[in-house]
Amino acid sequence: MRIICPHCGARDRREFTYQGDAVALERPAPDAGGAAWDDYLHNRENPAGVTRDLWYHEQGCGAWLVVTRNTVTHAVLTTDLAATVREGLA
Amino acid sequence: MRFSGLRVLKEGLTGNTGWTPHWRDPEPKSDYDVIIIGGGGHGLSTAYYLARNHGITNVAVLEKGYVGGGNVGRNTTIVRANYFLPGNSEFYSHSLKLWEGLEHDLNYNVMHSQRGLINLFHSDGQRDAFARRGNAMINQGDDAVLLDREGVRKHLPYLDFDNTRFPVYGGLLHPRGGTARHDAVAWGYARGADTRGVDLIQNCEVTGIDIENGTVKGVQTTRGTIRAKKVAMVVAGRSGQVAAMAGMRLPIESHILQAFVTEGIKPVINHVVSFGMGHFYISQSDKGGLVFGGDLDFYASYAQRGNLPMMEHVMEAGMTLMPMIGKAKVLRSWGGVMDMSPDGSPVIDKTDIGGLFLNCGWNYGGFKAVPASGWATAHLIATGTPHDTAAGFRLDRFRTGRGLMDEEGTGSQHNLH
Amino acid sequence: MRLDGKGQIDRNSPVSFSFDGRRYQGFAGDTLASALLAHDVRLVARSFKYHRPRGVLTAGSEEPNALVTVGQGAAQDPNIRATTLELFDGLEARSQNRWPSLEWDLLALNDLGAPFLGAGFYYKTFMWPRAFWEKLYEPVIRRAAGLGALSGQHNADTYERAHAHCDLLVIGAGPAGLMAAKLAADSGADVILCDEDTRTGGRLNADTQEIDGLPGALWAEEITAELAAMENVRIMTRTTVTGAYDGGTYGALERLPHAVASRKGAPKETFWRIVAGQAVLAAGALERPVAFRNNDRPGIMMASAVRAYVNRWAVSPGRAVTLFGNTDSIHRTAADLIDAGVHVAALIDARPDATCDLDLRFYPGGQVCDSAGRKGLEAISIATPSGIDKIQTDCLAMSGGWNPSVHLTCHMNGRPVWNPEIAAFVPQPGMVPGLTAAGACNGQFSTHQCLTDGLTAATTALQALGRRAAALKSPRAEDTPYAITPLWSVPGKGRAWLDFQNDVTVKDVKQAATENFRSVEHMKRYTTQGMATDQGKSSNTAALAVLADATGRSIPGTGTTTFRPPYVPTAIAAMGAHAQGTGFAPQRFTTSHRASLDAGAPMIEAGLWYRPSVFPAPGETHWRQSCDREVGMVRNAVGVCDVSTLGKIDIQGPDAAKLLDFVYTNRFSSLKPGRCRYGLMLREDGHVMDDGTTARLGEHHYVMTTTTAAAAQVMRHLEFTHQALHPEWDVSLISVTEQWAQFAVAGPKSRDLLNGLLDKPLSNDNFPFMACGPASIKGTKARLFRISFSGEQAYEIAVPARFGDSLFRQLVARAETLDGGAYGMEALNVLRIEKGFLTHAELHGRTTAFDLGMARMISDAKDCIGKTAAQRPGLTDPDREQLVGLKPVGAIKQLTAGAHLFTAGDAPTRENAQGYVTSVAFSPTLGHFMGLAFVQRGPARLGEVITLVDHLRGITTRVEICDPVFFDQDGGRARG
Repeated sequence: MRIICPHCGARDRREFTYQGDAVALERPAPDAGGAAWDDYLHNRENPAGVTRDLWYHEQGCGAWLVVTRNTVTHAVLTTDLAATVREGLA
Repeated sequence: MRFSGLRVLKEGLTGNTGWTPHWRDPEPKSDYDVIIIGGGGHGLSTAYYLARNHGITNVAVLEKGYVGGGNVGRNTTIVRANYFLPGNSEFYSHSLKLWEGLEHDLNYNVMHSQRGLINLFHSDGQRDAFARRGNAMINQGDDAVLLDREGVRKHLPYLDFDNTRFPVYGGLLHPRGGTARHDAVAWGYARGADTRGVDLIQNCEVTGIDIENGTVKGVQTTRGTIRAKKVAMVVAGRSGQVAAMAGMRLPIESHILQAFVTEGIKPVINHVVSFGMGHFYISQSDKGGLVFGGDLDFYASYAQRGNLPMMEHVMEAGMTLMPMIGKAKVLRSWGGVMDMSPDGSPVIDKTDIGGLFLNCGWNYGGFKAVPASGWATAHLIATGTPHDTAAGFRLDRFRTGRGLMDEEGTGSQHNLH
Repeated sequence: MRLDGKGQIDRNSPVSFSFDGRRYQGFAGDTLASALLAHDVRLVARSFKYHRPRGVLTAGSEEPNALVTVGQGAAQDPNIRATTLELFDGLEARSQNRWPSLEWDLLALNDLGAPFLGAGFYYKTFMWPRAFWEKLYEPVIRRAAGLGALSGQHNADTYERAHAHCDLLVIGAGPAGLMAAKLAADSGADVILCDEDTRTGGRLNADTQEIDGLPGALWAEEITAELAAMENVRIMTRTTVTGAYDGGTYGALERLPHAVASRKGAPKETFWRIVAGQAVLAAGALERPVAFRNNDRPGIMMASAVRAYVNRWAVSPGRAVTLFGNTDSIHRTAADLIDAGVHVAALIDARPDATCDLDLRFYPGGQVCDSAGRKGLEAISIATPSGIDKIQTDCLAMSGGWNPSVHLTCHMNGRPVWNPEIAAFVPQPGMVPGLTAAGACNGQFSTHQCLTDGLTAATTALQALGRRAAALKSPRAEDTPYAITPLWSVPGKGRAWLDFQNDVTVKDVKQAATENFRSVEHMKRYTTQGMATDQGKSSNTAALAVLADATGRSIPGTGTTTFRPPYVPTAIAAMGAHAQGTGFAPQRFTTSHRASLDAGAPMIEAGLWYRPSVFPAPGETHWRQSCDREVGMVRNAVGVCDVSTLGKIDIQGPDAAKLLDFVYTNRFSSLKPGRCRYGLMLREDGHVMDDGTTARLGEHHYVMTTTTAAAAQVMRHLEFTHQALHPEWDVSLISVTEQWAQFAVAGPKSRDLLNGLLDKPLSNDNFPFMACGPASIKGTKARLFRISFSGEQAYEIAVPARFGDSLFRQLVARAETLDGGAYGMEALNVLRIEKGFLTHAELHGRTTAFDLGMARMISDAKDCIGKTAAQRPGLTDPDREQLVGLKPVGAIKQLTAGAHLFTAGDAPTRENAQGYVTSVAFSPTLGHFMGLAFVQRGPARLGEVITLVDHLRGITTRVEICDPVFFDQDGGRARG
C-alpha cells in the first residue's frame, strides 16, 4: 500500500503510523456528555467501503494526514493534512 | 451417524458407500425460536449449546457463505487459557475445559493437541509482567510454569540464544495450551447442531433486521423473511454492518491479521512458541506445515488479505528468533478480518432492543473462545442472564469504564490491541 | 534417455551430481529432472499420504511430485523441485519422505490401507481412549506427515532483500511478455521484465514453432538481446513474481545461480519488492492432467513437459511413449517425439472426432482407463468402443487442456471467470488494479494470439501511464485454433488422482460431496485438495469439475478457484532477510556506551537502547553486590548515570504553554522560566500514558522529558494534539533525544562534583531544587536541570551529543575521587523504588491518576486530554486497586514482582485476589526488601498485613501495606 503525502509524494505504507477513524479530529466539549464521549472514544461507523482515517507520516515529514480510503479494495483515494481538515471543522 | 474407528473400518471394507451428509441443507422455515446470524465458529457453537444445554432446537443459523468460512477457517489454531484479567480469566479457563472434552462431546476429532505454549520474555520487566500473568492463571486454576533461560533451552533448543537482537531471558510455559484443527471445530459443531435439529441455512445473507416497538421480530434475508422471537448477531468480522441493520454503532474497528503456512516438513517445532517482542508466534501442524503469524497490518480493512510490510516483519521475527526455519518455504498467506474492540476483549451481551443479542469483538482471540463463547451466548439467549464466566463482556463497559479488560494496556485504540 | 543433436544444453560442459548417493553426469543447462530422466531415473519421490512411487510430472515450478532435498548440514534445503533445480557440479540431491529408502518405503503400507484413509477419515476416529490422541495417534501422524526435513541448525546462508521501481513490470518473458516489454521499452517506459526460468522465451524454448521464420527460441534470444541493450530495461531471469499487493507493489523471488550464490557473501536468493506504475501479466498457462485409474505412476507426465524435455533438454522420458488427452498438445508432442527418433506406441485422443496425420497407432475417442507398473509405468489400458486394449509403454504423455496462470490476478480477492470455449478460468480485467493479463494466461493460446495480446496489453498499460505507444508490429507466427472437449476424469473403478502430492482422488471428492461438503472451500478443506506445495496448480480445476459433476451443478455454478500469495513457495529466510542475529531491530547506543563497556558493565536491552545494568567493581561477583554498592554511593556520595535514553522534546512558540496545559493534567503555563515541573500525561481514555519533567527554558521555550519507552508515542501524541486538534496554536515540536547527551549526577556530593567542572559554580540558592538553565563546561554550552529520580540532591546535565562520551568519562572520574562512581539500571531502579517513583511497571496502561494517588494532579481549572474520560465512574471507583508500598513481615523476607496479594487467611484464587506486586527490590538503605503494588482500596489499608503469593516461584509470605515512599518521605534530601 502506498500513501500520497501532500508534502512528500507517494510513499511506502511503512513510513506511516496508523491511528484510526478521522472522527478523532472532532473532540467533544468536556461537558458534551457520556454518550458523545463514548461515541468519540469507542463507537465507530467502521464502514466496509470508503472511510476516512488518520495516518502519521512518522518516518517522513511528521504530518498527520486524513486519508480517504476504501477498506475493501485498499484503494487510497485522497489525502489531506489533518491540520487543514481540522481548520475546516473549526 | 456416529463416527468411530469401527465405522471407518466398516466403511472401508464396503467401499465407503455408506457415508451420509455431515449436515442437512434445509430450506429456511418461516419462523424460529432463535435465529443466529453467522455460521462461523461462535454461531455454530451457540446453536449447538442452545440445543444441547437448553433443549432449544427450533433454531436457524443463517450463513451468507458456507459454514465455517470466516475466521474459524482462517486462523493459526491456537488454544490457550493464559489471560490474567478478571473477566477474561474465568472465561478462557472455561473454554479450555470445554476443549478438553470436545472430541467426545461432538463425536468429532478436532485434533485438540495440548503440546504446550511458551511465551518468551526478553527483559526483567517482561518477566515480572509474565509472572503476574502466570500467577493469575494459577489463581484461576489453570497451569503455568515460569522458565528461566536454561528452562527455555530445554524445551526449545533450536532458538538462537547467542546472537539475537532480543536475547531470551525466559518464558512462561502453559502446558495445557496447544492447537486444534480449525475446520474440524466448525464442522464438528455444525454436525452436532444439525443432529440436534438446528437448521443450518447456508448461502443466506441477512439484509435487514426487523424491529417493532423496540423488540426484534425477525430478519430479512436473500432467501426471504424469517421471523424469530430472538436473534443473535454472531458475525465477528462483519459486526458493524450487521449491527447497523439494527441501528447500532459498535465499539469495533475491523482489521486484518495475516497468517502464513509453510510447506510440510518433518516435525521440528513441538510447542506453540510466542515471541511478543517480535509479534510472532508459531506452531507446526500435524500435516507438517509451520503455521505462524504476527501483528495486525494496522489499518482498518475488510480485505481478508494483507501486504508485504507486515509479512516481511513476521519473517524477520522468525529469522531472529529461530533461524533454523529459514529454509522452510511459505506456501500460502492469508488474512482474517478481526473485530478489534477498544480494550481488546469481546462483547457477549443483550442490546437495548428486546430479543436481540450481540456476540462480537473477539480481536485476535476468537478461535480458542469458540466453545465457551457459544456456551455463554446460548446461556444468555436461553435464560436472559449472562453466564457466570462471561459476565464481564458487557457492551457498556466502555461508556462506564467499569471492568475494562485491557490485557495489553494500550487503551481505547482499536488498532493497538 | 538423452537424444542427439537437440536442445539448449551445453554438451561441452558435463556436470557431475548425485541422487540418493548414486553419481550421475548431466550437462550445463540441465535441471535435476532432465538429468535424471536422461539416465532413465523415473522413481524420484513418494507421495504424501500413501507413499506411492512418483516420478517427474512437469517441467516447471508447478511440479507436485519431484521434490528433493539438497545440501548437507545447515545448508540442507528441503522440498526443492527437481524440475527447476539447475544442475551444478557437485550437486547432492536426495529423495525425501521415505524410509528406509526410496525403493523400499515402509509407509507404502499406507497404500494398502487406502480404503480406511479416505477423505477426512481422521475426523472420525482416533478419539478412544481420550489420552491416546496426544500420546499415540498424533505423534505417529506427525512423524509420518511432512515432506522433507529442516536441518534444525541456524541458517548459515546469505539472503537479501531489495527494492525496485519501474513504469511497467512485465511478468513472464514468453512471446506475450517479450512483445509487451519491447513495445513499452520502445515507447520510453522504464521496464522490468521478470521470468522465473533461467532464460527468456517461455514455451518457445520447449516447442518447435517458428516466429518470423526463426525457431521460436532463437527469435526470443534476439528480441531479448535487443531489450538487454536498452538502458530503460532490466531483465530479471530466475525471478518469480510471488504476489500482487496494494499500490502496484509486487513481491518477487530471485534465485541466484549456484555459480554466483556460492561466492563468499553472495546471496542465495533475493526477495524483491517491486513498485510498478502498471503491470502486464504474461505468465502463460499450465497443462493439466486427466484423472484415470492409477494415473500417478512414474512415467506418466504432462505432454507439454515431454515436449520440453525432448526439445529443450534433449531427453526422451521414455523409449515407447504413448499419448493421451483431449487437445492438440498430444499430437504436437507425438510429432516432436517422432522427429527426435523416439518410438511412439500409441496416441489416444479422447475427442471422438479427432483425426491424426501421424503414422502411429491412433485411438480417436479412446480413453486410458488404467496403468500398470509399481515403480514405473509399464503398460496402459485403453477403453475403446470394442473393449480394453493393453499397450506396453514406459511413458505416457497426457494433456487435459490448459489452465491459464491466473494466480496473481487472484491475489487481491478477484475471482476469475469460466470460459467454456477453452474449458478454463480466465482473469477478468481489473482484478488487480493496474495489471493487464496477456497471452496464454489471458486465455489466448496460439503463438500469434500471444504476440498480439502482448502488444495490446502493453498499449493499455502505456495509456494508463500517459505514454504514447511506439509503432511495433506483431511478427508472423502459428495461429492454430484451440480445440478441446473437456475430459476431467475417466469413469471407472479404482483410484484416479487429482492432487498428486496430497493423494486426493476423484473418489475423495465424490465422498466429500456425499458428506455434503458441496462448497468448493469445504471440499478443498475436507479432502486437502489443492493444499499441497503446488497450491493445486494442476489439480484445482479438475477437482472443481468432479465436484460439479458429483453435485449436479455446472462448473461456474459450483464455484471458482482462487490462489493466494506466494505463487511459488518462498523461503522465510528470503522474505525475512537481514533480520537474523541483531538485524531484526535497530540498535540504539548512548554516547556513554563505549565508556560503559570499558568499565566492564553488562549492557541490557531497554527497548531499542542498550543501557548498563551495573558497573562491577573489582571482586564483585554478583550483580546485587554491585547494585547495593552503587545505591549506597548515591545515597552517601555521588553517582553518575546516563539518562539520555529518556525522550526529549523541544517545544517552542507563543502557544507552547497552551499545548502543555492541554496534554498534561497539571499546569505548565504557570511554570516560571528557569524552573522544571513533574507532569502527568493521560491518554484520551483517561488512563495514564506517561510522566516526566518538563523544563521551561524561556517564555516560549520548553523541553519535555518522556520515559524511554514512550518517547515516540508521546511525540506522536503531541503532534496529533497540535495538528489534528489545535492547528491554530503557534507552536513547533521536535524530538531532540539523540541531539543531547544527558547525565544524572546524584548524591550529597553532586554539587561538589559539578562545581569542579562547570564554568560557573552552583549553590543551593542560585540553583534550587527544580531549577533549570544554561550552563557551560570550559565554554561548551550545556543545560542543567535540578531534578532527581533518586530522591537525592541531584542534577541532570545535558550537552550536545558529540561531547557525551567525554563528559561521561570526566563525570565518572570526578565522582570516583569523591567516593562515588557510575551507577546502572539496577541501582537506578532500587533508588526510585525507595522513593516510590514510577516506571512503566506501574504506568502499564491500565492505571489511572486515581490509582496512582495522583488524582489531585488533574487540574480542576482547565481541560486536558483524558480528563473527561478519567471521570467515568469505573475509573474513580474507590474499590479500584491503588498504589501502595509493601514490606515483608513474614518468615520469608523476599518479595517478588508479579506475585498476587490476598487478605490474610483467604485462599489464593482469582475471586480472592486483592492486587498484585509491580516492582520489588532489596533496599540496602533500609536493609530489607520493599515492593510497590496495587491493592484494592490500598491507601485505606496502611498497616494491614496481607498475604503475598507467588505460585510460580513457590513463595507465600506476609507483607505489610505501607506508604509507597520508603525513604526520606518529606523529600528534604532532594532539596538540600
